[in-house]
Amino acid sequence: MRFTLNGRAAEVEAPPMKRLLDVLREECALTGSKEGCGEGECGACTVLVDGLPVVSCLVPFAQVRDAEVVTIEGLEGTHPLQKAFAELGGAQCGICTPGMIMAAVALGPNPSFEEIRHGLAGNLCRCTGYEAIYRAVEGAS
Amino acid sequence: MSPSVGTNVPRKDGISKVTGAAKYVDDLRFPGMLHGRTIRSTIARGRIKSIRFDFDTDGFTIVQAGDVPGERCNYVALIEDDQPFLAAHEINHQAEPILLLAHEDRDTLLAAKVVIEYERDIPVFDAESSPVVFKEIRIRKGDVDRAMETAEVIVEGTYRTGHQEHVYIETNGVIAVPEANGGMTVHGSLQCPYYVHKALKALLDLPEDKVRVVQSETGGGFGGKEEYPSVIAGHAALLARKAGRPVKMIYDREEDMVATTKRHPSVIRHRTGLTRDGRLVAMDIDVLMDGGAYVTLSPVVLSRGCIHAAGPYRCENVRTVGRAVMTNTPPNGAFRGFGAPQTQFAMEVHMERIAEALGMNPVHLREINALRPGDTTATGQRMGEDCSALEALRTAVERSDFHRKRAEYAGTNKGIGLALFYHGSGFTGSGEVHLKSKVSLEAREDAVHVLVASAEIGQGTRTMLSQIAADALGVPYEQIECEQPDTSQVPDSGPTVASRTCMVVGGILKQAAEEMRAKIGTMDPREYARLHGPLLVTRQYDKPHDITWDDTEYRGDAYAAYGWGCDVAEVELDPVTYEVRPLRVTVIHEIGKAIHPVMVTGQIEGGTAQGVGWALNEHVVMRDGVMANGQLTNYTIPTTLDTPRLDVVILENPSSYGPFGAKGVGEMPIDGPAPAVVNAIRHLGLDVRDIPAIPEAVMEVQCASR
Repeated sequence: MRFTLNGRAAEVEAPPMKRLLDVLREECALTGSKEGCGEGECGACTVLVDGLPVVSCLVPFAQVRDAEVVTIEGLEGTHPLQKAFAELGGAQCGICTPGMIMAAVALGPNPSFEEIRHGLAGNLCRCTGYEAIYRAVEGAS
Repeated sequence: MSPSVGTNVPRKDGISKVTGAAKYVDDLRFPGMLHGRTIRSTIARGRIKSIRFDFDTDGFTIVQAGDVPGERCNYVALIEDDQPFLAAHEINHQAEPILLLAHEDRDTLLAAKVVIEYERDIPVFDAESSPVVFKEIRIRKGDVDRAMETAEVIVEGTYRTGHQEHVYIETNGVIAVPEANGGMTVHGSLQCPYYVHKALKALLDLPEDKVRVVQSETGGGFGGKEEYPSVIAGHAALLARKAGRPVKMIYDREEDMVATTKRHPSVIRHRTGLTRDGRLVAMDIDVLMDGGAYVTLSPVVLSRGCIHAAGPYRCENVRTVGRAVMTNTPPNGAFRGFGAPQTQFAMEVHMERIAEALGMNPVHLREINALRPGDTTATGQRMGEDCSALEALRTAVERSDFHRKRAEYAGTNKGIGLALFYHGSGFTGSGEVHLKSKVSLEAREDAVHVLVASAEIGQGTRTMLSQIAADALGVPYEQIECEQPDTSQVPDSGPTVASRTCMVVGGILKQAAEEMRAKIGTMDPREYARLHGPLLVTRQYDKPHDITWDDTEYRGDAYAAYGWGCDVAEVELDPVTYEVRPLRVTVIHEIGKAIHPVMVTGQIEGGTAQGVGWALNEHVVMRDGVMANGQLTNYTIPTTLDTPRLDVVILENPSSYGPFGAKGVGEMPIDGPAPAVVNAIRHLGLDVRDIPAIPEAVMEVQCASR
């Protein structure tokens, strides 16, 4: 099946109902997306599909045919959010961080505080109490 | 050269975590690796009658209790040898491991059906009627009975706290790799590499050097990866040994929530005698903790709980009696705060009720009784100049504008409440003496390497220890590297628990760095290594001479230092749904010295949010002795929308026992939020004494008061 993965054309053979998360981690060796719950509650597996954040543990692979998929690896370490998360304490244990950053990317530039708070409500972090994440997202814009 | 301690140097693991490059255990693969699975009991108490494999066992590795080398080896080495790795006959709790399966295909593995028949016994679920006491602790100061007779006012109360699930976002997981020399290597998500090492040596009957434990990047712990990894590592190792191939075991969220440890539920009774003007005369405290089916760490959790039970207050007559008891539920275990959040919750809600009984302002009551330098605690420990209870209280009251808001909110659906608390840093009593922690520092040509078993679990161990080493050695932070804990490479610097990594391990590290500096003179350590070869310095914990502790009488210096905190919570009650919304928590923490202010603030904010969750959201529903809501869908931890705004102030009153004056910080943030939130609910006129204060519970209190 063909799709675009992190800006490059990709062709991957995998069962259509396999979870996108497993395809990314096991077939594409992109282990940056994490599994925290497997039921769409924690957001650790968040990736962008055609620019929108999705929990890849609930998305069957077939659904991304011809779509553009962007994972944390696709930001190539150069996104201002990545720098801000590292500097301002947005990442502690780091397991929610890739999903959190992808959800924050989807907020677009200069989000308001309420946009940040609502936009990240589907991503659980147990380390930070979210304040440092707010500082990072605000600091990146 | 400018110091790095006290500045926000770049986290050593920052880049790898924000790019997704950091490797957690589920990101690792080994050639020929199998997947492992645990088959667990579905009854709470009884005996196994029969086991039947309802699948084609071809291609499976199957391990049962009989596969463990010897019967004595089948116990998880910790405090008591009572918890089997695999139940042979007797079942003592739901989700108890009975047998293990491994297969190379995960779907085939998960489809395998095992049918187990049991003979059922009547389980014990209620801690208050448990016939089995794991541990009893008594603390005595003065003469409580006589003093109580002289009291002008007596206030009594019972306070209850529920289970709490850690919900580290990375579930428990390990990979066991059998070695050609008969040894076993385990990679895993864990806090205490040498705990796992000890458990594996005993289980596999292997010598020290044939067992190797490597901590992989760990996605949160909070105590949940203190003792439990020994169990899952043992299981994976048994499968790997039998299969002769690496075995990966990663729990899914439900298995992690249902089968692994939780915070001990507690029932705490207070009977307090006072003078009419609010001075504490006598405190009689009874602490009960539900240990679950096996001893695990319950005696030590109870110990810390009892020592903190009288709160940060001066009183000449204190009696605390604590018991940890057995129930037929999965063992409860270490969780941030380790018993102290439960007992300080009770103390602080009780203080609020005392203020109500006396018609006194809650701040004033605490001001009168707060510990000051020169006062003694319930164990007779004399407070030094770094006792900051009053300063924390006054800063919190001023910062939150407590008095004005308390008057302003009266009669509305908003409430404000506070809690004053403290937390001992390091192992309790003589614990650090028994641990004999070691720390190594090695100058090599590329950098100076910190060699410790202390795990980075998000709190910033690598960064903080590198800062301490850099400043003590007088080299730039960038020249220090902190090695990943691997028992074949690093000495046993003790477990990553008890708010001890900075104060205790950091303290030993500072001595090692000073010794290295004395050996190499003014030379650059890397240059020294180029000229003379690598230089290794190892130091061991040395008890400060003025710290004394009597384990049998529970008298003396329970901890070398204490952090001090005060939380003010503001809440809003929805009059229709009875939902309590936390709006804001003002958090004051006195921690000696903030080595890295951004990381310290992160610990305080994260622990506060976790404490607010324990108070309001996190309800473990137990049905037939097992968690019935083992999913993040219905066990809800705070999201961005449930978490109040957090206003943190760090105060620094240095301790002479910690490196650069630092005390512990990891646990204290979870001591205060729950009582502060409940006291804010009490400000609304609702007599809440138990947590979690979920809407159903708040509604019941409201209905009962009508």
